[in-house]
Formats: sequence, structure tokens, C-alpha cells
Amino acid sequence: MHTETADRQAALFASEEAIGPNTVRIQFEDRTLCVREGTTVAAALLLNGAGPLRTTPVKSTPRAPYCMMGVCFECLVSVDGKPSRQACLTTVRDGMVIKRQHGASALDLSDEGDRHGL
Amino acid sequence: MASEVDLIVVGAGPGGLAAAIEARKWGLSVTLLDEQAAPGGQIYRAVDSSTARMRAVLGEDYAAGALLTQEFMRSGANHVCGASVWNVGRDRKVNYLHGGCNKVVEGRHIVLATGAMERPFPIPGWTLPGVMSAGAAQILYKSAGALPTAPVVLAGGGPLLYLLASQYLNAGVKLAAVVHTTGTGDYLRAAAHLPTALRGWRDLRKGIRMLQHLRGHKVPVYAGSSDFSIEGTDRAEAVCFTCKGRTHRIETPLVLLHQGVVPNTQLSWSLRADHVWNEAQLCWVPRTDDYGQIDDSGIYIVGDSRGIVGAKASASQGRLAAIEIASKQGKLDPAQRAGQEGAVRKQLRANLHVRPFLDALYRPLDSHRIPAQESVVVCRCEEVTAGQIRGYVAVGCQGPNQTKAFGRCGMGPCQGRLCGLTVTELIADGRGVPPGEVGYYRIRPPIKPVTLGELAGEAS
Amino acid sequence: MQQSEIIVVGGGLVGAAIAYGAARAGAAVTLLDQGDIAHRASRGNFGLVWVQSKGAGFPRYARWSRDAVAYWPELAKELLDLTGVDVALENAGGFWIGFSDAEVQARGAMLAKISDAIGGVPYEMLDHRELKARLPAIGPKVAGGSFCPLDGHANPLKLLHALHAGLMARGSRIVSSVDIATVARRGDRREFEAISTDGRRWRAARIVLAAGLSNRELAPQVGLHAPVSPNRGQVLITERLKPFLPYPTNKARQTHEGTVQLGSSVEDVGLDDGTTVPAIESLARRAIATFPVLSSARLVRAWGALRVMTPDGAPIYQESSSHPGAFVATSHSGVSLAAAHAYALGPWMAGFAKEPEDFAEFAGERYLDPARSFSNAH
Repeated sequence: MHTETADRQAALFASEEAIGPNTVRIQFEDRTLCVREGTTVAAALLLNGAGPLRTTPVKSTPRAPYCMMGVCFECLVSVDGKPSRQACLTTVRDGMVIKRQHGASALDLSDEGDRHGL
Repeated sequence: MASEVDLIVVGAGPGGLAAAIEARKWGLSVTLLDEQAAPGGQIYRAVDSSTARMRAVLGEDYAAGALLTQEFMRSGANHVCGASVWNVGRDRKVNYLHGGCNKVVEGRHIVLATGAMERPFPIPGWTLPGVMSAGAAQILYKSAGALPTAPVVLAGGGPLLYLLASQYLNAGVKLAAVVHTTGTGDYLRAAAHLPTALRGWRDLRKGIRMLQHLRGHKVPVYAGSSDFSIEGTDRAEAVCFTCKGRTHRIETPLVLLHQGVVPNTQLSWSLRADHVWNEAQLCWVPRTDDYGQIDDSGIYIVGDSRGIVGAKASASQGRLAAIEIASKQGKLDPAQRAGQEGAVRKQLRANLHVRPFLDALYRPLDSHRIPAQESVVVCRCEEVTAGQIRGYVAVGCQGPNQTKAFGRCGMGPCQGRLCGLTVTELIADGRGVPPGEVGYYRIRPPIKPVTLGELAGEAS
Repeated sequence: MQQSEIIVVGGGLVGAAIAYGAARAGAAVTLLDQGDIAHRASRGNFGLVWVQSKGAGFPRYARWSRDAVAYWPELAKELLDLTGVDVALENAGGFWIGFSDAEVQARGAMLAKISDAIGGVPYEMLDHRELKARLPAIGPKVAGGSFCPLDGHANPLKLLHALHAGLMARGSRIVSSVDIATVARRGDRREFEAISTDGRRWRAARIVLAAGLSNRELAPQVGLHAPVSPNRGQVLITERLKPFLPYPTNKARQTHEGTVQLGSSVEDVGLDDGTTVPAIESLARRAIATFPVLSSARLVRAWGALRVMTPDGAPIYQESSSHPGAFVATSHSGVSLAAAHAYALGPWMAGFAKEPEDFAEFAGERYLDPARSFSNAH
């Protein structure tokens, strides 16, 4: 996997499958990751040594995926500006921008006033 | 506007798939809603896109799941994948999110087959990055071919732990250790169920072979262990435990925990079905009739979400519910029904033989379900500890719903999935009454998170 | 068979506050509570500490509300010092939000009328632009609103916990899991007895019925009339969000923990505290119309709760004339009025203070007057 090194931890998992021709490029923080099509965001991040995906709203404790099936809600990340997305239930898409979630969800306050057609 | 179908099925694991296939056989229109992109649930996840290599690693039971998924794909059922069901009503309307849109479908009958989830494992350090469930590790392999990079520790107990260990050995993964809690006391307790279990001897043989596999690879196995804890500041660094009177510490950045699976009861609780505390399985199970129906609701629960029975029995239950529903809809006559039902019931009985033995043998330790250490996080979402919950009981908290007056236990995004059983048992322990008397959280919609924009009908 | 000076039947916000006030004044209090099996209207309280718009057409109630809220900070501090529980009071003011000019005008007229009637409830009417300057997250569909500097909000469940803890700290007795079916005067002795459905008995010289919906059946047993009925409110609660709403509004507030609470429906559905999809979707639409940024906020839970509603929405506080020493107390504003319940009702009902002024207006018989009609519009 071709990645730009930034705050990288040793990846806990590696895939035995070649990425193959159908790759997807996603942004995670300041890194660009090349990932096999059809991978979940959580798997992609674990395969690339992302470390913790968020810090908790209560005590800012670092958390990472636990159940990989949408039950534990630990893998919450911001996906394309939308907060609190479960990374294990989100499939990677070319150009996707993923960021860690620090504490509670941040609403995009610059957005207000642009709503229409409700 | 709700569209109507004869049968809505929620969940594409063995229970849901079998129900859908059977219902289609009798000519019912079926819509099956599932969260994943392909059928199979968790146990047969990604089976239709699996490589020969993966099927060899995961074993023949997994590979056989493809028969079910493929039969489903041929059945003519309407398969809605990527559907997140957030509400099921007694009016038999199912609300779900699909492609960012809020949709609703109404069924003459409903089958809920939402399966199982891992039992919580509240030990010190279980919230650290690098600690995951054994089921999570299997999903990583099934969905992404992902395997641990460093020697990994598997800790806990139960068939899935050994299955994962065996699969990892097939894949060439180095196992630092398998630390499990099953000991002499468990064998003695389980012995009473052995005669029945022997009638499911194939299942028993599978277990024995897995253990032989571990021994053959000289994997360090610590049997009869207890007092698990995980060390680390910002991530897992080591797992500690007691075995044969000695304390052990194994350094590892990845700990895979497993102490059995429990029914996913969010939907059944939200429908206000009665639930019973099952002391053999240490979990709540919904009260249903023999076919899985809640009250007279027309809503049926099948598979592991009705009580842990395993994949094959889940499929049998799915078929039985579909036969009953098809009969109620006038699609098969009593003679046809008797033959079909008899065969399925025989299958179901055969697949249930081993269950009481497994429940007894792999009973999780009290101390791993009801933490004694005050600092153990019980509610992961809101970071409420065992000590705090015991404190609530000391000042008069009677049940899980009252904990909300004292703190935010159970109020986070997972809505009790990872803390509910622990809280019920902690309060029962503190009050000195059985868990059945303490009750469980009041579960409310949405069962899965929806944004306000999605609810308001905004397209995303 | 147990004796004490005053029994309070009902351990929700109303009963617990009165009991606390009685204990504080020096009474020996026994609080009898259903506990987890109760309908527990208290858990459905929206949490507003509200003055504006209270008591339109009922000046005595408007005055009562204003006075109650004035004493709230004192109660909050006292409970914190005594029990360590912080009820998260914020009272820098609150907003009502309107979606049409007609609505805003009607609001202005009503607030003027209330203020004139009781001599000064401060408020400001704001148009969209003025409102947006105070609440930047307001959306374009909002026509305007009203602001009252006396308003605020608190955490209802923490308040309930603090009152119970305060009662225990003051040596009172709280008996939980008790369902009182009968209250009676014992012979010609000035003593009352409360009997539970499982046959346990408690006795005292004074008894307060603060049992929510059960007051309907209990009140007549001591010569009182409390025609309360259930009224369902459905509410939405979001995930924790970073702070964006610094003041409570009548239908939306951001709690101390960051969750946003959105409400609420007003439904006549008997004892059904369930939720309905149409109400959930409608509340979501209203939330986004008010604060468009909430569009991407995740709903974590929707719930329904049963308000204890009187025909005019105002409280019933009354000592029985046929059974002196027996009282009834009911209000659906158990948070807003908590300090008044504690500091005025508690001492009065325990015999340490006189009945508050002009309290005949809160008598239950007012509903029996054929010349009057009532509406409990919210």
C-alpha cells in the first residue's frame, strides 16, 4: 500500500489480498491511502496504522474499532464533513475525506442559511 | 407512502435468508432488508465474493453458507441491501434508511432475524485501541482479507474463540497465546448435558478437532484462566491473567476478546415484547410462541436474536416461521404443511442437541461479566464505571432505567448494546435479586442512528 | 404500621420538592414512591425553568411562576451544597421561536397582557434579524421570537435525584416500590393513613397527595377534586454535539452534556407513552426549520412521556376543608416551580407556615364552575 507517512503507527492488520486494479484513493487526516474497492473505512484505517479513530466526548479517551459490525459505535469518524459516521458501515469511495472525531460531533455552522426546500 | 408486501424480513443471516426462501416457495412476495451490501449476515459475510483461499482458511461451514445465499438470490425476493432499519412498529410498518433516504414498507407479516452480537467483556483496559472482539477479527478477514501483523493473543472462551484460532492457523498467522477460562468446573457442569450433546456428535467432533489443531501447532494455551486485564495507556500493550495460581503477562498490541454471543434484542425490546432472563445463556430472550411470534402481533423473531441456537438452527427457525406465515396467508394447506413442518422440526431438533452442553461448558466467568474492580468502564459510550453503578444501587437505584437519574449510563449512541447486560447483572448483584427481577433498559427508536435531516426527508 | 408527622404520596418532582421543603422546615417526613414502575411524568419534563407565557388569563399563576423561578438559583445552590448533585441550572434567559408574523404578533399581545396583569414580567419581542443576532444558528424560516431574561433550564432527572438525596440528608424516610391505593382519616383522630396495594400502612397527622395521575382517584378520598388526565409529549434527543445553542428555546435546548432535546407533541392518547413515526418526523422537520445546522445531527433516541394535565394547565394546590391536614398538589411544571414547591408549599403543608396568599384560586373546585371553560393549550 502506498501511503504518505505522517503520524503512523505500525498497522495491526495487513491484507493478504493484492489491492488489484480497482483501487480507491481516500484522504485520512493528512495522508492519502490507496485501498481496495469495497473495503470498509474501518478496515482501511486498521490496515494503514491509523491508530485511534476518535476521542470520547466525556474524557477525551482514545478509541478504535471494537466490533466491526455497527454495534459498538466506537469507530465514529467524520466522512466528507459529516460527523459521527460509523466507519465499519461505510464503504470507501474515491476521493472520500475522513477525519478523526475529537469529542462530540461538530456541526458545520457555516452551512446554516444554505438550507432550502424543506 | 408505505408499499405493502406479504412478508418483510429484516436481516440476511441464515435465519432471514431461510425464511425468505421458504416464503418465496409458497408464493409470498418478500422484501428482505439488510444492512450489508451482500447477503450472509455476519457468519457468512462476503461468502459470495470469497476467494478459494479464504474459504480454505475459514472452513467448510463458512463455504456452505454460499448455498443459502445463492438460493436466496434465485428466489425472487426483493433484496434491499444497505438498508438500515431504524424502527419496526406494531402496525407492521418498517422504517429504514436507504441511500440516505428515509423509507417505509408495510408487511402483512414480519420476520425479524437480526442475529447475535458479542457479549460485552468488561475487564480493565477493554476500551483501549488494539482491543477488539474475535468476531471483529473474523469480519476483517472475511471482508478485507485482513490478518494480524504481529503475534496476537486470543482471550476469553467459547467455540468462536477456538474457531478463530484454528482459522488463523490455517492462514499462517502466529498466535502468541490462547487464554481461555474453561476449566474443570466447567467440564463437570457440562457433563450432565453430554448424553444429549452426543446426539449432535458432529458438532462435538468439530470442537475436538479445533483443539487438536491448536495443540498440533504448539500454540501456548492457558486453560482455566481468570482475572483478565489489559494494560496500556493509549493503546493495548499487554494482557494479564491468572492461570494455575500464577499471574502471567503477555506483551501484545492486539488482543482479541470473546466470551460468547448474545441475542441482539434491540428490536424486540422496542416492540415491548416480554423478555425472560435465560440463566443458562445469561441473557434476555424475547417471549414468543413456537414459531417465534410476539403476542398476536404478526411479527416473528427467528434465529440467534430469539436465543443463541447457531446458524443451522437459525435457518430451521426461519423456515418454520415462514411455513406458519404462509399458512396464515392461505398459501399452503394443512396436508402440505404437516409434511414440510415435520421435516424442518426434525432438522431443528438435531441442530439443538449440542446447545445445552455448549452453554454449560462455556459459561463466562461471573467476574468477567460482573466486574469487581471499581474502575472498569461498563458504559463505553458515556464512560460510566462499575464503581459508579454500584454507587447508584447503594443510594436506591432499583433498575437500569433509574440509572439515568444518577448518570448517563446507557444514554450514548449504542443505546445499551455494550453495557445493558452488565448493568442488569451489576444491579442484580448489588440488590441481591435475580437479574429477571431487575429488568432491562427501555429501548426506544431509532434502533439505528438517523440524522434529523434524513428524518425530515432531505435528500443527501 | 408506621407513624410520622407528614406523609407525601408520590416521589416525583412535585412530591419530592414538597417533601424536601417540609423536611427543611423541620418536619419528620415519609415519602412514599412507586419507583421504577411509576409512569414517572418527571422523566418526561422538558427541563425548562420558564416564566414567559405562564399564566395567560390566570394572573395568580403568572405571579407564582415568576416567584418560583426567582428562587431557583437558591434551591440549586442549596442542593449542590447539601448533596453534591449539580442540577445544571442555566438561567441567563430563554427564547420562544415563531414561524409567522401573525404568530409573533399574537405572542407579543399575550406577553403584554401577562406583564400588565401582574406588574412586570420583563420580555423583548424580536424580529428575524434581531433574533439572529442573539441566536446565530436560527434558520431563514424563523419569523421572530420573544426573549425573557428570567428564563432558563436545568436537568430534571438530576433535580429529582438531588431532591431525593436532599431528603435523605435531612433524615427523611423514602419508601420505594409502594403503590398507594387508599388514603383515609382514622376515626375522629386527626390522623391519616395511607394503605398500599400490598397492605402496608403509614400514618401521620398530615398527608400530601402528589401522586401524579393517581391523584384523580386519591383526592376524592379526602374530599378533594383533582381532575388530572394524561397528555402525551414526544421528544427527540440527539447525540452529544459541540456547543452551538447558548440559550434554551421553548421547543429546543442544548443540555449541559451537549445533547439537543427537541419537543414536543401534545396528544390525548390515554396512558400510551410510546412514540409514533409521524411525530418523530414532524419534530425533526421543526428542528431543522428552527436550526438548519441540526440537519446532520444524529437522533439517538425518541421517547414519549405522560404529562399530568389539569383542564386549564395550571396547578391544583389545596387543603381539604372536609379533611383538614390533607392536601393535594399537582402541576406539570415540576421543574419551573420546584423552588416554590420546596420553599412555600412544603412548610405550609407541614404546618410551619401559613397558606400562601390568594391560594383559593388554585382550588380544584374551580373546574366545577359551569360558568367557566378551560383549555390547557401549551
